[in-house]
Amino acid sequence: MNTADQYLKAIYLVQETEDGPAATGSVADALDVSPASANEMIGKLEGRGLAEHEKYKGVSLTDDGIVRAREALSDYCIIERFLANVLEVEEFRAEARSLEAVIDDTVAERLDTIIDRSPECPDCFDAETDACEYLAEVEPESPAD
Amino acid sequence: MSLGRRVASDHQLARLLQIGVVLEEVVEARSTRHHREMSEAFDRDTATLLREAASESADHRERLEELIDDLDAESVSYDEIETLVEAQYGKTKPEDFDGVLYDQLCNEETAYKFYDDLVAAIEGSDSTFSVDRDRVLDTLRGIREEEAEGVEEVTAIMERR
Repeated sequence: MNTADQYLKAIYLVQETEDGPAATGSVADALDVSPASANEMIGKLEGRGLAEHEKYKGVSLTDDGIVRAREALSDYCIIERFLANVLEVEEFRAEARSLEAVIDDTVAERLDTIIDRSPECPDCFDAETDACEYLAEVEPESPAD
Repeated sequence: MSLGRRVASDHQLARLLQIGVVLEEVVEARSTRHHREMSEAFDRDTATLLREAASESADHRERLEELIDDLDAESVSYDEIETLVEAQYGKTKPEDFDGVLYDQLCNEETAYKFYDDLVAAIEGSDSTFSVDRDRVLDTLRGIREEEAEGVEEVTAIMERR
């Protein structure tokens, strides 16, 4: 997933949590980057018609931005579900975060052919717990450990 | 969240190699299943393509497993992935012969993209691993090259149709 898509996903989730425009600081915190870096990328997303930034309020995704953010979130759900259910990774949330930059959407699509994902995905993604609400707890076993 | 495309540890490298193994197993299982489902509709070129794709994936898997083993991690069994492919095949199978070729093209392109990103992520990292970094990169670059050839082979068959 490229950097722009990671930003779009983060803005989308912060908007859901804050129920309005996403504060730049919250977006920066979600991505563990500096506010300056977040501002720079938000400016680029604005330039591409994917986001709108309003001073003192924050950033909101445009319709096109929402479509891309939801696709990115679906890919992220696939990675989490694959780690949890196929590789039985206990720390699947943390590992998904560390791997998402290296996993392309085409790879996620292939992994999607062996997992059982809810048709309502990504609406079942819970921003608070950073995971699909249907994702069951898995056994504490991990092949890479 | 990690914004940079870097591989920073043995654990992360092992996990990505496991994902590579799973992708190869998916290719192997789906190619075998396509062959079983629609072999009567295939011409000789396509039958050979699917047979060779399954065989090449098995070879790639073994090369990845050697690295995973040296990282003291476990691979993912083919039987387990084959079962998952079978379970979802009804929902994801190609509808016709052209769909089989397209599925095979997606397999090869996806694998190429995965290895290309992984090579870039390792090259972009100055981390040291408990396995020789050059050996990892040589293995991944070799597999990537064969995936690129696979894309060309499928494309050639599609263009002849």
